[in-house]
Amino acid sequence: MDKKHKFETIETAWCPGCGNFAILDALKETLTELKVKPHEVLIVGGIGQAAKTPQYLNVNGYESLHGRALPPAAAAKIANQKLKVIVNTGDGDSYGEGGNHFIHNIRRNVDITHFVHDNQIYGLTKGQSSPTSDLGHITDFTPEGVIDRPINPVATAIALGAGFVARAFTGDKEHLMEMMKEALNHNGYALVDILQPCVSFNKVNTFAWYSKRVYKLTEGKKYDSTDKGAAFQKALEWGDKIPLGILYREEKKSYTDHFDFLKTTTLLELPHDKKVVRGFIEEFF
Amino acid sequence: MDYNILIGGAAGQGMDTLATVFSKILHKSGLCLFTLQDYMSRVRGGHNYYQIRFSDTFVKSHREDLDGIIALNQETLDLHIGRLKQDGFILADENVTSKDSRLITIPAALIAKEVGNVKTTSSVTLGFLCKLFSIESTFMGDIFSGMFAESVAKQNIESFTRGQALTESKYKASKARPGKTMLVHGNHGIALGALAAGLRFYSAYPMTPSTTIMSFLAKKAKAAKVIVEQAEDEIAAIHMAIGASYTGVRAMTGTSGGGFSLMVEALGFAGIAEIPVVIALIQRPGPATGLPTRTEQSDLMYAINASHGEFGRMVIALRNPEDAFYQTARAFNIADKYQMPVILLGDQYLADAVQTVKAFDIDKIKIERHLAEPKPYLNGKDYNRYELTQSGISPRLIPGLVPGTAVNIDSDEHDVHGNITEAADVRNSMVEKRARKFERLKREVMEPELLGDDSMDILLLGWGSIYSQLSEAVDILNQNSKRKYGALVFGDIWPFPQTTLIEKARIVKKIINVEQNHDGQLARLVREVTGIQMDGSVLRYDGHPLSPAEIARKVKEI
Ligand SMILES: Cc1ncc(C[n+]2csc(CCOP(=O)(O)OP(=O)(O)O)c2C)c(N)n1
Ligand code: SF4
Ligand SMILES: [Mg+2]
Repeated sequence: MDKKHKFETIETAWCPGCGNFAILDALKETLTELKVKPHEVLIVGGIGQAAKTPQYLNVNGYESLHGRALPPAAAAKIANQKLKVIVNTGDGDSYGEGGNHFIHNIRRNVDITHFVHDNQIYGLTKGQSSPTSDLGHITDFTPEGVIDRPINPVATAIALGAGFVARAFTGDKEHLMEMMKEALNHNGYALVDILQPCVSFNKVNTFAWYSKRVYKLTEGKKYDSTDKGAAFQKALEWGDKIPLGILYREEKKSYTDHFDFLKTTTLLELPHDKKVVRGFIEEFF
Repeated sequence: MDYNILIGGAAGQGMDTLATVFSKILHKSGLCLFTLQDYMSRVRGGHNYYQIRFSDTFVKSHREDLDGIIALNQETLDLHIGRLKQDGFILADENVTSKDSRLITIPAALIAKEVGNVKTTSSVTLGFLCKLFSIESTFMGDIFSGMFAESVAKQNIESFTRGQALTESKYKASKARPGKTMLVHGNHGIALGALAAGLRFYSAYPMTPSTTIMSFLAKKAKAAKVIVEQAEDEIAAIHMAIGASYTGVRAMTGTSGGGFSLMVEALGFAGIAEIPVVIALIQRPGPATGLPTRTEQSDLMYAINASHGEFGRMVIALRNPEDAFYQTARAFNIADKYQMPVILLGDQYLADAVQTVKAFDIDKIKIERHLAEPKPYLNGKDYNRYELTQSGISPRLIPGLVPGTAVNIDSDEHDVHGNITEAADVRNSMVEKRARKFERLKREVMEPELLGDDSMDILLLGWGSIYSQLSEAVDILNQNSKRKYGALVFGDIWPFPQTTLIEKARIVKKIINVEQNHDGQLARLVREVTGIQMDGSVLRYDGHPLSPAEIARKVKEI
């Protein structure tokens, strides 16, 4: 196979040792395993280090504005369901600047997959606190430590009714790929919050910090990811122990499932029907 | 024949039904009409009214003096009696009082009660009005059964008939429908124009006076196979439209000034990423929340200049519902051809004024997509989303069509492949490429429409919906006048079409701008682009539309 038809990495501008590399690698391998072709994939990012992901793969890439990855991604999927639409973007982009879209795209439930590269920091702008920075985190903008309580993205997503909510860690590639695969196969909005160490600006939540705390939900006592109450409880767990895995899943109709006219074709392929519009005009005669 | 009546009351008093049904009756009887709506930003109470002007030929605009007032409350009578002609009438229920001999009271509510449904009160009034104006009532049954369940429709017909019995015919409404007509407002024109152009995706957030575009599209969405999505905010609304457009479907959003302000960052995104998007900006008086339900033309300079950075866009001011239909459809072709945002400027006056217009001709609409053919790329040609071309227009390929080919778009500056770059030469070539598109667009802007006398002494300038009032104002001014008056009304307004204006400016004695704003934004634009100065201005910014007579009066004073 010629290299245009395989998932190829293009030279990146990330810092050596950054957790983003693991995400990019895992994504490439996952997409290859799922047997999708590069031209069938659309990756949408906002602005930030994570949001550069679509630049580094030979797939259709849409680099939107800061915070605005979800709306165009949802619309692109609605317009052409044949595209595999993925959002790769940061914690600031997803939960801060784009917070309103995060809430409402869970409601909208378009069949897109949202990978949040959660480094608990603003990487691109050189280390300010993000909506997921822990209390007390010292940054340039918060020399006395963060006093605003962090958002818990997975608990929030479950509370809002998301149909697929998972957490992964860049330090466990195999598990990360498993989460990616499950999320990509889920019909509807799927969130994977990926713990991603930022070696340059987050000196607190480091690779070692995460490694010491994370554990898999599938380890030990049987975990039922369809029990919403239990899932919410589990999602609140953060600090000394951080659960990884599918916290919650629920099958439900995705956005486009509600439209009969999208069952057999895509919005893009629908032919223009002049007769129908002529009829609308005549209603005013 | 030219009658003008006002129906007024508090919101929730049934005035909407009365006005809508009366308009329908007039339309069905072959008359032409123009309605003006004046409502306050509240759902109940307040003072609201409709003015319905009707005639046997097209009615160009509203007018101020009234032949009749239908007062659903005392306030309506008190507020508007000053505009009632000497031989006019006031029609009211018995709760409204006045010493004025022109008042006719009828026991409408009482009759409705006797019929067994107080909600049919307005049908008593309707019956009275139809008889008074000698309007046919044969199709009343159809109208009512289209609106209500059978038993209620029957009650309405009974109330209507009893209303008719209360009066003799006094006016003669002749009928001579000028060809095939439609009864629409400007937002219908926009929505139908978009559908005729093959719209597939509309995302917006409710904001008066743009909302009726969306509500109309939503009603037709299933039949038209269009996705109509209420976004969480205007930022999402425009980004969804741009996202859908990227994939190759025709997409649009609509809002008013406040929402447009939220869209501005995305406007620049569409500019640099070169994605077509059509935005209907239906103006109301600003800034901020301003006067939510009233009219103004004060976003012209904003529409032209909104966003940081430099990029081309087109701004089209909509002059009337027909113009709205054809121009909206054209906007999609232009957006596709130049891969840039096109802003349609409407306003509350145009959005809400229901009027009789010549039937829209869908056969005149051409859909020109300007998409790249996938074939050469399927045969191995390398695809560059931002290929540098002489016209500045790069091939726009639909993503997903060609194996091995990616369509990359960017809000960062980018190279021909759509990869982020900071290289100075690439940056320059991209800025210049985008600028070339705008230069080319200038070649196809349409000159303003000329009204009145071609060899005018006095030239009036306007843009957008003021077309309605200007076309009648020019007629008024030219009646028994030694001086000749003409007007140029701009539709395409950015890039600014200047040929006709420069030509006329050389021969006229005076140029006067007529606008619904305080600053005279068109005058400023004209001065900026052509150096031409105005000799006077007619401006209004209290939220109410200038009337033709008012324009004529003020022009004469200059
Ligand atoms: C409207 C706007 N505001 C601010 C910025 C500056 N900005 C760019 S990226 C960013 C934060 C990035 O943080 P995150 O989304 O967590 O991504 P990371 O770089 O950490 O991967 C900010 C504030 C911008 N580009 N646009
Ligand atoms: S700043 Fe942090 S997140 Fe950005 S590339 Fe460097 S290590 Fe990665
Ligand atoms: Mg971050």
